[in-house]
Amino acid sequence: MTRKQRRLVLIGSALTVLAIAAALVLNALRDSIVFFSTPSMAAEKSIPPGQRFRLGGLVQAGSLERGKQLQVKFVVTDGNASLPVMFTGILPDLFREGQGVISEGALDAAGVFKADTVLAKHDETYMPKDVADALKKQGHWKDESAQQQNAAGAKAATSVR
Amino acid sequence: MSLIDLANPSRFLKFAERVLPWLAAATAVLMLVGLQQVFAAPDDYQQGATVKIMFIHVPSAWLSMFVWGVMSLAALGTLVWRHPLADVSAKAAVPIGAAFTFIALVTGSLWGRPMWGTYWEWDARLTSVLILFLMYLGLMALWRAVDDPSRAARAAAIITLVGAINLPIIKFSVDWWNTLHQPASVLRIGGPTIHPSLLVPLLIMAVAFSLLFLTLHLAAMRNEILRRRVRTLRLLQASAARA
Repeated sequence: MTRKQRRLVLIGSALTVLAIAAALVLNALRDSIVFFSTPSMAAEKSIPPGQRFRLGGLVQAGSLERGKQLQVKFVVTDGNASLPVMFTGILPDLFREGQGVISEGALDAAGVFKADTVLAKHDETYMPKDVADALKKQGHWKDESAQQQNAAGAKAATSVR
Repeated sequence: MSLIDLANPSRFLKFAERVLPWLAAATAVLMLVGLQQVFAAPDDYQQGATVKIMFIHVPSAWLSMFVWGVMSLAALGTLVWRHPLADVSAKAAVPIGAAFTFIALVTGSLWGRPMWGTYWEWDARLTSVLILFLMYLGLMALWRAVDDPSRAARAAAIITLVGAINLPIIKFSVDWWNTLHQPASVLRIGGPTIHPSLLVPLLIMAVAFSLLFLTLHLAAMRNEILRRRVRTLRLLQASAARA
Protein backbone atom coordinates (compact mmCIF):
# COMPACT_ATOMS: atom_id res chain seq x y z
CA MET A 1 0.00 0.00 0.00
CA THR A 2 1.32 3.41 -0.93
CA ARG A 3 1.24 6.26 1.57
CA LYS A 4 -1.59 7.91 -0.35
CA GLN A 5 -3.69 4.77 -0.17
CA ARG A 6 -2.93 4.42 3.53
CA ARG A 7 -4.04 7.99 4.19
CA LEU A 8 -7.21 7.42 2.15
CA VAL A 9 -8.06 4.26 4.10
CA LEU A 10 -7.38 6.02 7.40
CA ILE A 11 -9.66 8.95 6.51
CA GLY A 12 -12.29 6.60 5.13
CA SER A 13 -12.41 4.48 8.26
CA ALA A 14 -12.40 7.52 10.56
CA LEU A 15 -15.35 8.98 8.67
CA THR A 16 -17.19 5.64 8.74
CA VAL A 17 -16.82 5.44 12.52
CA LEU A 18 -18.00 9.06 12.85
CA ALA A 19 -20.97 8.45 10.57
CA ILE A 20 -22.00 5.40 12.60
CA ALA A 21 -21.67 7.42 15.81
CA ALA A 22 -23.80 10.21 14.33
CA ALA A 23 -26.40 7.68 13.17
CA LEU A 24 -26.58 6.13 16.66
CA VAL A 25 -26.95 9.51 18.34
CA LEU A 26 -29.66 10.65 15.91
CA ASN A 27 -31.43 7.33 16.35
CA ALA A 28 -31.35 7.69 20.13
CA LEU A 29 -32.66 11.26 19.90
CA ARG A 30 -35.38 10.31 17.42
CA ASP A 31 -38.19 11.17 19.82
CA SER A 32 -36.96 14.73 20.32
CA ILE A 33 -35.97 15.36 16.71
CA VAL A 34 -39.45 14.46 15.45
CA PHE A 35 -41.14 17.84 15.13
CA PHE A 36 -44.68 16.69 15.80
CA SER A 37 -46.70 13.65 16.85
CA THR A 38 -49.60 12.38 14.80
CA PRO A 39 -52.85 11.58 16.66
CA SER A 40 -52.01 7.85 16.61
CA MET A 41 -48.52 8.53 17.99
CA ALA A 42 -50.08 10.70 20.71
CA ALA A 43 -52.53 7.93 21.58
CA GLU A 44 -49.74 5.34 21.65
CA LYS A 45 -47.58 7.46 23.94
CA SER A 46 -50.67 8.22 26.11
CA ILE A 47 -49.49 11.76 26.80
CA PRO A 48 -51.04 13.00 30.08
CA PRO A 49 -53.30 16.09 30.02
CA GLY A 50 -51.36 19.30 30.52
CA GLN A 51 -48.10 18.06 28.96
CA ARG A 52 -47.17 20.19 25.97
CA PHE A 53 -46.47 18.62 22.60
CA ARG A 54 -46.94 19.37 18.91
CA LEU A 55 -49.81 17.64 17.18
CA GLY A 56 -49.59 17.23 13.40
CA GLY A 57 -51.91 15.82 10.77
CA LEU A 58 -54.56 16.80 8.26
CA VAL A 59 -57.54 18.98 9.08
CA GLN A 60 -60.48 16.62 8.65
CA ALA A 61 -62.81 17.75 5.86
CA GLY A 62 -66.00 19.30 7.24
CA SER A 63 -64.68 19.52 10.79
CA LEU A 64 -63.92 23.24 10.96
CA GLU A 65 -66.26 25.24 13.23
CA ARG A 66 -65.79 28.93 13.91
CA GLY A 67 -66.94 30.21 17.29
CA LYS A 68 -67.24 33.78 18.45
CA GLN A 69 -64.22 36.08 18.40
CA LEU A 70 -61.38 34.16 16.80
CA GLN A 71 -62.25 30.80 18.29
CA VAL A 72 -61.94 27.80 16.00
CA LYS A 73 -62.51 24.09 16.47
CA PHE A 74 -61.34 21.44 14.07
CA VAL A 75 -60.32 17.79 14.02
CA VAL A 76 -56.77 16.69 13.20
CA THR A 77 -56.54 13.23 11.70
CA ASP A 78 -53.84 10.95 10.34
CA GLY A 79 -56.20 8.42 8.78
CA ASN A 80 -56.17 6.09 11.79
CA ALA A 81 -56.80 8.28 14.79
CA SER A 82 -58.02 11.83 15.25
CA LEU A 83 -58.09 14.48 17.94
CA PRO A 84 -60.30 17.56 18.35
CA VAL A 85 -58.36 20.83 18.53
CA MET A 86 -59.44 24.20 19.99
CA PHE A 87 -57.59 27.37 19.08
CA THR A 88 -58.13 31.10 19.52
CA GLY A 89 -56.22 33.34 17.17
CA ILE A 90 -55.42 34.05 13.55
CA LEU A 91 -54.93 31.00 11.38
CA PRO A 92 -52.16 30.97 8.73
CA ASP A 93 -53.19 31.68 5.12
CA LEU A 94 -52.66 28.10 4.04
CA PHE A 95 -54.96 26.72 6.72
CA ARG A 96 -57.90 24.87 5.15
CA GLU A 97 -59.70 21.57 5.43
CA GLY A 98 -57.69 18.68 4.04
CA GLN A 99 -54.47 20.66 4.56
CA GLY A 100 -51.57 19.60 6.76
CA VAL A 101 -51.39 21.45 10.04
CA ILE A 102 -49.17 21.43 13.14
CA SER A 103 -50.53 22.79 16.41
CA GLU A 104 -48.70 23.28 19.67
CA GLY A 105 -50.39 22.95 23.03
CA ALA A 106 -51.67 20.33 25.44
CA LEU A 107 -54.62 18.03 25.97
CA ASP A 108 -57.18 19.05 28.53
CA ALA A 109 -59.00 16.67 30.89
CA ALA A 110 -61.74 16.07 28.29
CA GLY A 111 -59.21 14.94 25.68
CA VAL A 112 -59.47 18.14 23.60
CA PHE A 113 -56.19 19.55 22.34
CA LYS A 114 -55.94 23.19 23.44
CA ALA A 115 -53.56 24.81 20.96
CA ASP A 116 -51.83 28.14 21.38
CA THR A 117 -50.03 28.01 18.03
CA VAL A 118 -51.24 26.66 14.70
CA LEU A 119 -48.79 26.29 11.81
CA ALA A 120 -49.76 25.30 8.29
CA LYS A 121 -47.76 22.66 6.49
CA HIS A 122 -47.74 22.56 2.73
CA ASP A 123 -46.82 19.62 0.55
CA GLU A 124 -44.10 19.38 -2.08
CA THR A 125 -46.42 20.03 -5.05
CA TYR A 126 -46.24 23.28 -6.96
CA MET A 127 -48.39 24.13 -9.98
CA PRO A 128 -50.16 27.10 -11.55
CA LYS A 129 -53.77 27.70 -10.55
CA ASP A 130 -55.24 26.92 -13.98
CA VAL A 131 -53.45 23.55 -14.04
CA ALA A 132 -54.88 22.76 -10.59
CA ASP A 133 -58.35 23.79 -11.80
CA ALA A 134 -58.02 21.66 -14.93
CA LEU A 135 -56.94 18.68 -12.85
CA LYS A 136 -59.91 19.19 -10.55
CA LYS A 137 -62.27 19.38 -13.52
CA GLN A 138 -60.91 16.18 -15.01
CA GLY A 139 -61.22 14.43 -11.67
CA HIS A 140 -57.47 13.76 -11.44
CA TRP A 141 -57.13 15.95 -8.39
CA LYS A 142 -54.42 14.82 -6.03
CA ASP A 143 -56.50 15.24 -2.88
CA GLU A 144 -57.60 11.61 -2.69
CA SER A 145 -54.23 10.10 -3.52
CA ALA A 146 -52.34 12.69 -1.48
CA GLN A 147 -54.52 12.11 1.54
CA GLN A 148 -54.02 8.38 1.24
CA GLN A 149 -50.30 8.96 0.91
CA ASN A 150 -50.23 11.24 3.92
CA ALA A 151 -52.23 8.75 5.95
CA ALA A 152 -49.83 6.02 4.81
CA GLY A 153 -46.91 8.25 5.72
CA ALA A 154 -48.36 8.85 9.15
CA LYS A 155 -48.91 5.12 9.48
CA ALA A 156 -45.32 4.42 8.45
CA ALA A 157 -44.14 6.99 11.00
CA THR A 158 -46.03 5.19 13.73
CA SER A 159 -44.95 1.70 12.68
CA VAL A 160 -41.28 2.70 12.65
CA ARG A 161 -41.48 3.59 16.29
CA MET B 1 -4.00 22.10 -21.17
CA SER B 2 -4.67 19.11 -18.95
CA LEU B 3 -5.89 19.17 -15.40
CA ILE B 4 -2.47 18.26 -14.00
CA ASP B 5 -0.95 21.40 -15.56
CA LEU B 6 -3.32 23.51 -13.47
CA ALA B 7 -1.63 22.22 -10.34
CA ASN B 8 1.05 24.78 -11.03
CA PRO B 9 -0.19 28.05 -9.44
CA SER B 10 1.30 30.22 -12.21
CA ARG B 11 -0.42 28.21 -14.91
CA PHE B 12 -3.59 28.31 -12.85
CA LEU B 13 -3.40 32.10 -12.62
CA LYS B 14 -3.08 32.39 -16.41
CA PHE B 15 -5.98 29.98 -16.85
CA ALA B 16 -8.14 31.93 -14.38
CA GLU B 17 -7.42 35.25 -16.09
CA ARG B 18 -8.47 33.80 -19.43
CA VAL B 19 -11.62 32.03 -18.23
CA LEU B 20 -12.99 34.51 -15.68
CA PRO B 21 -14.43 37.14 -18.09
CA TRP B 22 -16.31 34.43 -20.01
CA LEU B 23 -17.62 32.85 -16.82
CA ALA B 24 -18.75 36.21 -15.49
CA ALA B 25 -20.51 37.03 -18.75
CA ALA B 26 -22.24 33.63 -18.85
CA THR B 27 -23.37 34.11 -15.25
CA ALA B 28 -24.82 37.55 -15.99
CA VAL B 29 -26.67 36.34 -19.10
CA LEU B 30 -28.12 33.28 -17.39
CA MET B 31 -29.09 35.25 -14.31
CA LEU B 32 -30.96 37.78 -16.47
CA VAL B 33 -32.71 35.04 -18.47
CA GLY B 34 -33.55 33.23 -15.22
CA LEU B 35 -34.95 36.34 -13.53
CA GLN B 36 -37.05 37.13 -16.61
CA GLN B 37 -38.39 33.55 -16.55
CA VAL B 38 -39.08 33.85 -12.82
CA PHE B 39 -40.96 37.09 -13.43
CA ALA B 40 -43.03 35.45 -16.16
CA ALA B 41 -43.68 32.26 -14.18
CA PRO B 42 -47.28 31.70 -13.03
CA ASP B 43 -48.36 31.92 -9.40
CA ASP B 44 -48.77 28.72 -7.42
CA TYR B 45 -52.32 27.43 -6.88
CA GLN B 46 -51.90 27.49 -3.10
CA GLN B 47 -49.15 29.94 -2.34
CA GLY B 48 -49.85 32.60 -4.92
CA ALA B 49 -46.98 34.97 -5.68
CA THR B 50 -45.11 33.90 -2.54
CA VAL B 51 -43.79 30.97 -4.57
CA LYS B 52 -41.34 33.41 -6.23
CA ILE B 53 -39.18 33.14 -3.12
CA MET B 54 -38.52 29.54 -4.13
CA PHE B 55 -36.42 30.67 -7.12
CA ILE B 56 -33.87 32.24 -4.78
CA HIS B 57 -34.31 30.00 -1.76
CA VAL B 58 -33.95 26.60 -3.43
CA PRO B 59 -30.84 27.36 -5.58
CA SER B 60 -29.12 28.95 -2.55
CA ALA B 61 -29.94 25.93 -0.41
CA TRP B 62 -28.61 23.55 -3.10
CA LEU B 63 -25.45 25.63 -3.46
CA SER B 64 -24.94 25.76 0.31
CA MET B 65 -24.61 21.97 0.28
CA PHE B 66 -22.80 21.75 -3.06
CA VAL B 67 -20.09 24.16 -1.85
CA TRP B 68 -19.48 21.99 1.23
CA GLY B 69 -19.22 19.04 -1.17
CA VAL B 70 -16.57 20.89 -3.19
CA MET B 71 -14.73 21.73 0.03
CA SER B 72 -14.84 18.05 1.07
CA LEU B 73 -13.22 17.02 -2.22
CA ALA B 74 -10.61 19.73 -1.71
CA ALA B 75 -10.07 18.45 1.84
CA LEU B 76 -9.31 15.00 0.44
CA GLY B 77 -6.96 16.69 -2.01
CA THR B 78 -5.16 18.35 0.91
CA LEU B 79 -4.97 15.32 3.19
CA VAL B 80 -4.45 12.49 0.70
CA TRP B 81 -2.83 13.84 -2.44
CA ARG B 82 -1.21 17.00 -0.98
CA HIS B 83 -2.38 18.85 -4.08
CA PRO B 84 -0.93 22.39 -4.03
CA LEU B 85 -4.20 24.05 -5.07
CA ALA B 86 -6.52 21.96 -2.87
CA ASP B 87 -6.27 24.13 0.22
CA VAL B 88 -6.48 27.29 -1.89
CA SER B 89 -9.76 25.98 -3.32
CA ALA B 90 -11.03 24.96 0.12
CA LYS B 91 -10.23 28.30 1.72
CA ALA B 92 -11.69 30.32 -1.17
CA ALA B 93 -14.99 28.40 -1.05
CA VAL B 94 -15.81 28.91 2.65
CA PRO B 95 -17.18 32.50 2.63
CA ILE B 96 -19.10 31.85 -0.60
CA GLY B 97 -20.75 28.78 0.90
CA ALA B 98 -21.53 30.71 4.07
CA ALA B 99 -23.20 33.44 1.99
CA PHE B 100 -25.38 30.94 0.10
CA THR B 101 -26.38 29.27 3.39
CA PHE B 102 -27.23 32.65 4.87
CA ILE B 103 -29.40 33.55 1.86
CA ALA B 104 -31.16 30.18 2.11
CA LEU B 105 -31.86 30.70 5.82
CA VAL B 106 -33.12 34.27 5.43
CA THR B 107 -35.31 33.64 2.38
CA GLY B 108 -36.65 30.48 4.01
CA SER B 109 -37.53 32.45 7.10
CA LEU B 110 -39.30 35.15 5.06
CA TRP B 111 -41.15 32.44 3.16
CA GLY B 112 -42.09 30.57 6.31
CA ARG B 113 -43.84 33.51 7.94
CA PRO B 114 -46.66 33.91 5.39
CA MET B 115 -46.99 30.21 4.49
CA TRP B 116 -46.38 28.26 7.70
CA GLY B 117 -47.12 31.06 10.12
CA THR B 118 -43.64 31.27 11.67
CA TYR B 119 -40.21 32.72 10.91
CA TRP B 120 -38.39 29.93 12.65
CA GLU B 121 -39.08 26.54 14.20
CA TRP B 122 -36.56 24.03 15.49
CA ASP B 123 -37.48 21.30 13.05
CA ALA B 124 -34.85 18.89 11.73
CA ARG B 125 -34.34 20.55 8.32
CA LEU B 126 -34.08 24.10 9.63
CA THR B 127 -31.81 23.13 12.51
CA SER B 128 -29.44 21.04 10.38
CA VAL B 129 -29.04 23.91 7.89
CA LEU B 130 -28.36 26.32 10.77
CA ILE B 131 -25.65 23.91 11.95
CA LEU B 132 -24.19 23.97 8.42
CA PHE B 133 -24.09 27.79 8.57
CA LEU B 134 -22.39 27.75 11.98
CA MET B 135 -19.81 25.27 10.67
CA TYR B 136 -19.05 27.60 7.76
CA LEU B 137 -18.49 30.43 10.25
CA GLY B 138 -16.30 28.16 12.37
CA LEU B 139 -14.17 27.27 9.34
CA MET B 140 -13.75 30.96 8.46
CA ALA B 141 -12.56 31.62 12.02
CA LEU B 142 -10.19 28.64 11.90
CA TRP B 143 -8.58 29.79 8.64
CA ARG B 144 -7.92 33.17 10.24
CA ALA B 145 -6.78 31.79 13.60
CA VAL B 146 -3.79 29.81 12.27
CA ASP B 147 -1.03 31.84 10.62
CA ASP B 148 0.72 29.11 8.68
CA PRO B 149 -1.53 28.30 5.66
CA SER B 150 -0.47 24.66 5.39
CA ARG B 151 -1.20 23.96 9.06
CA ALA B 152 -4.53 25.79 8.86
CA ALA B 153 -5.33 23.77 5.73
CA ARG B 154 -4.90 20.40 7.47
CA ALA B 155 -7.04 21.39 10.46
CA ALA B 156 -9.71 22.89 8.19
CA ALA B 157 -9.68 19.78 5.97
CA ILE B 158 -10.38 17.49 8.93
CA ILE B 159 -13.26 19.71 10.14
CA THR B 160 -14.65 19.89 6.60
CA LEU B 161 -14.72 16.09 6.29
CA VAL B 162 -16.35 15.72 9.71
CA GLY B 163 -18.91 18.36 8.72
CA ALA B 164 -19.68 16.47 5.51
CA ILE B 165 -21.64 13.99 7.65
CA ASN B 166 -24.21 16.77 8.02
CA LEU B 167 -24.92 16.81 4.26
CA PRO B 168 -26.97 13.56 4.08
CA ILE B 169 -28.65 14.56 7.36
CA ILE B 170 -29.82 17.84 5.76
CA LYS B 171 -30.94 16.14 2.56
CA PHE B 172 -32.87 13.31 4.22
CA SER B 173 -34.02 15.13 7.38
CA VAL B 174 -37.43 15.68 5.79
CA ASP B 175 -37.77 11.94 5.08
CA TRP B 176 -36.36 10.53 8.30
CA TRP B 177 -38.32 12.68 10.74
CA ASN B 178 -41.63 14.51 10.91
CA THR B 179 -40.74 18.08 10.01
CA LEU B 180 -42.49 21.37 9.33
CA HIS B 181 -40.50 21.67 6.10
CA GLN B 182 -42.08 19.75 3.24
CA PRO B 183 -40.22 16.86 1.54
CA ALA B 184 -38.06 17.31 -1.57
CA SER B 185 -39.84 18.50 -4.72
CA VAL B 186 -37.15 18.12 -7.38
CA LEU B 187 -34.47 15.62 -6.37
CA ARG B 188 -36.78 12.81 -5.32
CA ILE B 189 -37.63 9.26 -6.32
CA GLY B 190 -40.49 9.37 -8.81
CA GLY B 191 -39.51 12.67 -10.41
CA PRO B 192 -40.23 16.31 -9.61
CA THR B 193 -43.60 17.40 -8.22
CA ILE B 194 -43.23 20.91 -9.62
CA HIS B 195 -45.16 21.80 -12.74
CA PRO B 196 -42.80 22.45 -15.73
CA SER B 197 -43.89 26.11 -15.90
CA LEU B 198 -42.35 26.60 -12.45
CA LEU B 199 -39.63 23.94 -12.70
CA VAL B 200 -37.90 25.35 -15.80
CA PRO B 201 -37.25 28.83 -14.27
CA LEU B 202 -36.08 27.12 -11.08
CA LEU B 203 -33.55 24.99 -12.98
CA ILE B 204 -32.30 28.00 -14.98
CA MET B 205 -31.79 29.87 -11.71
CA ALA B 206 -29.99 26.86 -10.27
CA VAL B 207 -27.56 26.80 -13.22
CA ALA B 208 -27.11 30.58 -12.93
CA PHE B 209 -26.33 30.27 -9.21
CA SER B 210 -23.84 27.45 -9.94
CA LEU B 211 -22.10 29.62 -12.53
CA LEU B 212 -22.06 32.47 -10.02
CA PHE B 213 -20.33 30.16 -7.56
CA LEU B 214 -17.80 29.01 -10.18
CA THR B 215 -16.99 32.63 -11.07
CA LEU B 216 -16.65 33.79 -7.46
CA HIS B 217 -14.70 30.67 -6.50
CA LEU B 218 -12.21 31.01 -9.33
CA ALA B 219 -11.72 34.72 -8.57
CA ALA B 220 -11.30 34.01 -4.86
CA MET B 221 -8.74 31.26 -5.62
CA ARG B 222 -6.79 33.70 -7.79
CA ASN B 223 -6.87 36.27 -4.99
CA GLU B 224 -5.72 33.69 -2.46
CA ILE B 225 -2.73 32.67 -4.60
CA LEU B 226 -1.76 36.31 -5.03
CA ARG B 227 -2.23 36.93 -1.29
CA ARG B 228 0.14 34.05 -0.51
CA ARG B 229 2.72 35.41 -2.91
CA VAL B 230 2.56 38.80 -1.23
CA ARG B 231 2.97 37.08 2.13
CA THR B 232 6.01 35.14 0.93
CA LEU B 233 7.57 38.28 -0.54
CA ARG B 234 6.99 40.17 2.72
CA LEU B 235 8.62 37.35 4.71
CA LEU B 236 11.61 37.35 2.34
CA GLN B 237 11.90 41.11 2.60
CA ALA B 238 11.78 40.99 6.39
CA SER B 239 14.45 38.30 6.62
CA ALA B 240 16.63 40.19 4.09
CA ALA B 241 16.34 43.38 6.13
CA ARG B 242 17.38 41.53 9.27
CA ALA B 243 20.42 39.92 7.62
